[in-house]
Amino acid sequence: MNDVVLRVQDLAVHYTVYEGGLLRSRERTIRAVDGVSFDLRAGEALGIVGESGCGKSTLARAILGLIRPTRGRVLWLGENLTELDEEALRRKRRELQIVFQDPLASLNPRMTVGDIIAEPLWTFFPKIATVQVEERVRGMMKMVGLLPNQINRYPHEFSGGQCQRIGIARALVLNPRLIICDEPVSALDVSIQAQIINLLQDLQRKLNLSLIFIAHDLSVVKHISDRVMVMYLGRSMEVSQQEHLYRRPLHPYTNALVKAVPIPDPRLARAQHETGLTGDMPSPFNPPEGCVFHTRCPYTVKRCRIEVPALRRMENDDWVACHRAEDLDLSIGKQAKLA
Amino acid sequence: MAMLEVRNLQVGFDTPEGEVQAVRGIDFDLEAGDALAIVGESGSGKTQSMLALMGLLAENGHASGEARFRGRDLMKLSPGELNQYRGAKIAMIFQDPMTSLNPYLNIEKQMIEVVMHHQGLDRREARAHAIEMLRAVRIPDPEQRIRQYPHEYSGGMRQRVMVAMGLLCEPDILIADEPTTALDVTVQAQINQLMAELRRSSNTAIVLITHDLGVVAGLCDRVLVVYAGRVVEYGTVEQIYYQPRHPYTRGLLASVPRLDAVRGAGLNAIPGNPPNLLDLPAGCSFRQRCAEAFEACGEEPALRDLGDGHLSRCHLEPEQ
Repeated sequence: MNDVVLRVQDLAVHYTVYEGGLLRSRERTIRAVDGVSFDLRAGEALGIVGESGCGKSTLARAILGLIRPTRGRVLWLGENLTELDEEALRRKRRELQIVFQDPLASLNPRMTVGDIIAEPLWTFFPKIATVQVEERVRGMMKMVGLLPNQINRYPHEFSGGQCQRIGIARALVLNPRLIICDEPVSALDVSIQAQIINLLQDLQRKLNLSLIFIAHDLSVVKHISDRVMVMYLGRSMEVSQQEHLYRRPLHPYTNALVKAVPIPDPRLARAQHETGLTGDMPSPFNPPEGCVFHTRCPYTVKRCRIEVPALRRMENDDWVACHRAEDLDLSIGKQAKLA
Repeated sequence: MAMLEVRNLQVGFDTPEGEVQAVRGIDFDLEAGDALAIVGESGSGKTQSMLALMGLLAENGHASGEARFRGRDLMKLSPGELNQYRGAKIAMIFQDPMTSLNPYLNIEKQMIEVVMHHQGLDRREARAHAIEMLRAVRIPDPEQRIRQYPHEYSGGMRQRVMVAMGLLCEPDILIADEPTTALDVTVQAQINQLMAELRRSSNTAIVLITHDLGVVAGLCDRVLVVYAGRVVEYGTVEQIYYQPRHPYTRGLLASVPRLDAVRGAGLNAIPGNPPNLLDLPAGCSFRQRCAEAFEACGEEPALRDLGDGHLSRCHLEPEQ
């Protein structure tokens, strides 16, 4: 497709860890991200979900070049970011910005809100006039729902939700084309979560931003995403249109995730008994052979233990990494059964 | 007489800026086998009210009111007397298992200490009992894992260890403070299922403290909604979810993103922020964020019975 802005190809981040004593230290590799590919179009919102340790935050940092990937390419408007030197990459970050999880910890407590939001402007345009900066900062504050007269206050004077608005203003001040939000609402109260999700959705539409929204909460992701990618142990299990993924997941892991979401309705919630998933995620030091999900999958067959399933295209441009995708009907609301 | 009767529970903190009234009069009853949710935003007083009846308030905190457990007022007990209840009759599990477990002690040491103290078991018996509890919360290979340290457990397993520790002495009441907020959905489902099972099998009463009405529906029978240290609504889960009466409860329900929602509809967020407890507005504490506020809200509404035990603190509700 022509309007693809970001193309991630076979991206991998492996960490080496040294264990044990000085003399008998062992080298072990964690495959935090292990061969992830996807496309992102202009103005599109892609949700990335998965449990803690699945590599979703590492993936975000690797896309922005905050971590150097071990393998693979990140094509931003056709240019491979993984080949750029630090300085060239830094200049590119004007177009690609990130919003972090902990709103207070990601803001410098000694800087005023105005200085925090203005910092990227000074970094990229050192000769810019002060009046211009102030005008821009006040405009940004208004856009994200902060009162411009609070420009000289410090982060601790704001609530969690307001701090996240400051983080969003800082990310947007350079007019980026892509924003990556890494668990932007998981530290917030439910009532405030809704405010921030609505704000992000409004801004995305208004500014035609491409958005990567990382979260472990599937209902939050559903609200904001056009497409959703599901990750498990550093790999992409499924990338589907949002409407398909929540109604008829293609991957048994997606199915388990969707079924585990608590339903805010007493009668329905009491009927929702099975969670479909037991045990814990295997250690990333020692991921299972074959399909990484086979140790917890209720549909495992011999082939799953041996052969790593490739992410392949199904109907309607939905993608799945499961040998048995054609055999399984995982429609939500029905018992999963063999077709 | 209910197993636990809490009456006019108040908690205040002395701060350099003045006294903060974190809890301003909370009442509820709890029977054996009940599951009660206390729902509210950060700073609503939901956690402090429970810490107060466990005698676990911070040094600058002070509590008043009554908390009668099987007739004895916990608020009047000395720390020594209270120790016979804490952990044994009433156990509490916290949000963050990593900060509530001691990183320097292995799980065995942390678990058997409680049992030896309260049940007078010797080390070997206590260890066997602890292993049994770990098995009950589905820690694989508990004989081996009990010797490990907290950092060797995953987040979900640590929280399961916390549940196991909470249940070691078969308490009558288990207070769970946001037990799954830091966990993934699949693990959250496992922990909730575990608590539901324990309630069925041993008739333990559960008090679930949370800000998320999503997790309450499947687990609890009754809900206490608190705002700025006061109960604003109380009812059965059916009353709260199907006929919420207080505008704050309605707002909380509308803010929960649902899987069955139509996309693009936008969430109905509650505007504004939770109130500053040092500077509460006169009258109804919610009125500045309430779309339905009118003149009468300048005066604090009473908690009124709307029939069938459904209570709401709002001027919109007619006097019964």
